[in-house]
Amino acid sequence: MIMRFIYQLGSPPYFYALSGRLLPWLSGICLILFATGLYGGLVLAPADYQQGDSFRIIYIHVPAAWMSMFVYMVMAFSGAMALIWRIKIAEIILINSAHIGAVFTFLALVTGSIWGKPMWGTWWVWDARLTSELLLLFLYLGVLALYSAIDDKRKAARAVAILALVGVVNIPIIHYSVEWWSTLHQGPTITKFDKPSIDTRMLIPLLLMAVAHKFLYAIVVLLRARNDLLWRERRSQWVATLFKDGS
Amino acid sequence: MHPLRKRRLILIIIMIIGVATATGFALVAFNQNLMFYFSPSDVQAGKAPVNRLFRMGGIVVDGSVKRSDTSTEVWFDITDNEKAVTVKYDGILPDLFREGQGIISKGKLNNKGEFVAEEVLAKHDENYMPPEVAASMKKKLPEDIKE
Repeated sequence: MIMRFIYQLGSPPYFYALSGRLLPWLSGICLILFATGLYGGLVLAPADYQQGDSFRIIYIHVPAAWMSMFVYMVMAFSGAMALIWRIKIAEIILINSAHIGAVFTFLALVTGSIWGKPMWGTWWVWDARLTSELLLLFLYLGVLALYSAIDDKRKAARAVAILALVGVVNIPIIHYSVEWWSTLHQGPTITKFDKPSIDTRMLIPLLLMAVAHKFLYAIVVLLRARNDLLWRERRSQWVATLFKDGS
Repeated sequence: MHPLRKRRLILIIIMIIGVATATGFALVAFNQNLMFYFSPSDVQAGKAPVNRLFRMGGIVVDGSVKRSDTSTEVWFDITDNEKAVTVKYDGILPDLFREGQGIISKGKLNNKGEFVAEEVLAKHDENYMPPEVAASMKKKLPEDIKE
């Protein structure tokens, strides 16, 4: 059942039609999540006892940092699918995720730096968390560079998939860096097993923003993937029928 | 699963395990270098390098902050709740610097056993709460909030 769905999803016309139907819904939900999350975070949540209003950068920084790792895992998973089953859609998701992941990583690094200057007293330190996150940005950029260096895009996707899979090793390092080593970056506020050490009125907007960012990624990756797919399949029959009546 | 696909899957798994093992060994080997700072106990025990810059992290001891009347020089003790070391610093302290706060300073030991800092960074903890909650917690659990 699941395998059949995956095979169906691997068919370009089916993927194009399904993603077209999903996009308006995703966009609506994303908009609502961002509106409620931002209102909750910037207006309703109280100021922090030590940081005052500066803590509100958490509503961009933390979701962006989570997304930088989440998008990488999606990318690596698509890479495995592309290598094992040679699914064209997986190759497209893989490479189009890399741009978005790089942007999220960059955003996490920049917002962290802006917060770090007044709070820590420095823009940047070479501690384990910051360094491994910077390494993640370079992995994304490496994936993009390798992909554009190879002309045959199907071969390029396979080469990139191997690079993406090798880089997976960095993800647990980023996640556990604050526990394994002494770092300037603080430990995790929200963990699976413990009560989060953040006030509920601050936590709910943060979770809303985290989900909003996931939807934003889904929307952008689908839009990019549809574009890429049409371009690659521009000489095929289904694309010709799609655009026959000039729509 | 098709045998060819199965072989590719196994190859991928072996590759990931191999890379993870190699990285794991490298990280264990460089463990000391990845530590961002020494604790005051390490410094008192002579584990910190001599005549070379290093970082020391700990909590600012309550009531130990002394400021100079004529310059921006400041002295304070930092502790890991076992040993304490006096830090001397000349410069602007970060927003989060206060007594009871975790900080990390970079500098050298002088011959009086003082740590002469070139840089003082405040370490933020993972707690986020509004001021009134912090105030009521301070009344109930004075030990907890100090950490």
